Amino acid sequence: MSEQILNLTLQVWRQKDAQDKGRFETYQANNISTEMSFLEMLDVVNEDLIHKGLEPITMDHDCREGICGTCGMVINGRPHGPRERTTTCQLHMRSFKDGDTITIEPFRARAFPVIKDLMVDRSAFERIIAAGGYISAPTGSAQDANALPIPKTCADLAMDAAACIGCGACVAACPNASAMLFLSAKVSQLGLLPQGQPERLTRVRDMIAQLDAEHFGTCTNFAECEAVCPKSVKLEHIARMNRDFFKSGILHRPPHTSAGGV
Amino acid sequence: MPVLDMTLARDTKKFCFLTSSVGRKLIMAITGFAFIGFITGHMIGNLTAYLSIVERATGKIPGTAMNEYAHFLKDVGHGYGIWGVRAGLLGLVLLHGWAALTTTLDSWAARPKGYRKYDRKSATWASRLMRCTAIFLALFVIYHLLHLTVGLPYLHCAENPIVVDATGGSVDVFRNFVNGFKDPLASGIYIVANLCLGLHIWHGIWSFSQTLGLSHPRYDKLRRYVATLWAMAIVGVNISFPIAVQLNILWY
Ligand code: HEM
Ligand code: FES
Repeated sequence: MSEQILNLTLQVWRQKDAQDKGRFETYQANNISTEMSFLEMLDVVNEDLIHKGLEPITMDHDCREGICGTCGMVINGRPHGPRERTTTCQLHMRSFKDGDTITIEPFRARAFPVIKDLMVDRSAFERIIAAGGYISAPTGSAQDANALPIPKTCADLAMDAAACIGCGACVAACPNASAMLFLSAKVSQLGLLPQGQPERLTRVRDMIAQLDAEHFGTCTNFAECEAVCPKSVKLEHIARMNRDFFKSGILHRPPHTSAGGV
Repeated sequence: MPVLDMTLARDTKKFCFLTSSVGRKLIMAITGFAFIGFITGHMIGNLTAYLSIVERATGKIPGTAMNEYAHFLKDVGHGYGIWGVRAGLLGLVLLHGWAALTTTLDSWAARPKGYRKYDRKSATWASRLMRCTAIFLALFVIYHLLHLTVGLPYLHCAENPIVVDATGGSVDVFRNFVNGFKDPLASGIYIVANLCLGLHIWHGIWSFSQTLGLSHPRYDKLRRYVATLWAMAIVGVNISFPIAVQLNILWY
């Protein structure tokens, strides 16, 4: 597709800080190339604002190549915008038409308080991972590749789960602001591999305890999360996590019940 | 101490499996599944009403099979069986309702400020209407019990009385069944309620299998078909009763 030039109207959420009530502001984005990414378009708008002596729009971004999970905003009612399996930084302006009005809002959830404008605090995700999303067995130096036999399907599924970049789009899209897709990816990527087995049941329990403490909503299987996930994490992982949680409810023992026992 | 450590809810002693968010989902799924089992049995039992057509054709008293079935239910376990089932169902309703209410409130609290634009892609109408159909179902269950179990006089007209005995069971179930649906308003309420039920369990069947972990690419399509067929069977048969009475296919 050849390059085109777009003139757009933006309605952007502006909020000075966490305390500010916030409001929508309208900006004109003129002479935008269809080859720009969405963030580059916002860079142009911000340069304009800075030249006018106004405060630029604050937004999160880092790698700009769709792998870090830092970028994220709700574009026309969809986290990361209209394209499937695409982060905001990888969304290109050719997905829009000349004259479009684009509404840009921050991810909305109690667990993701707005820091400024479009930037939200997603450290709740870090705390959920810190609550159990790891293995604690010392693994030593790298072993022979096939010392631990792992079926190819398990390795592939674990890899699919590990594709989660923790961007939070699932929470933003969920009508319940639930974080089950994120959590299930973090539980599955370890639960599908032998190294994750020793702590499998305590992990899911601890992570769900932390999830609840962060005040995310409760999943009702709407499947909106799967539709917006830039990495195609599947609902299947939520079912797997539910299975693990069910098992943990039956098999879990409080730690240190007997010497040497788990 | 790093901020992360300070804020971790690591006190797992305080964590309760059943009252956690996913725990309450499991309770909702298991009780919902039990409801679906009950409702399926209830629907099959009511099919005995259609045997009245055969009974009339063969010279028997229409409604004999339905009344025999009803008396069996009343007498099973020396008459205690039905109270056991009633207590069980009440327990299920309380658990299902409690889990539904608290998770719904949690979810509403989880997004204090909504979006100006909110474009949904996947959620079916049935899933989006779950909470509305739920309220209607709760009201309908009360109405249904007052109508046909208690036989509240205000709910039916004098020329089509519903007669029940002291323990809340009808004397002539088939007659009450027909009388109940002779009232077009009552028939209408049952039809609307069953359409709500259909939406609720169409999403419900799919949803409880996901909640209980029964999801696999190999049979995920099948889950949708099962949900559709099951919900349609229950709703179709249930709706056919008031329609059959209104069309004089069922009468005494
Ligand atoms: C007494 C009235 C009822 C209330 C207040 C109620 C409420 C709810 C609510 C709020 C949900 C969760 C909604 C969601 O997932 O979006 C739900 C789920 C469900 N309900 Fe009900 N419901 C009622 C009656 C019934 C009945 C009669 C049945 C079955 C015949 C049923 C079967 C289910 C099932 C299977 C689920 C799905 C559970 C899951 O997501 O795992 N419910 N109910
Ligand atoms: S900036 Fe890293 S994924 Fe978009």
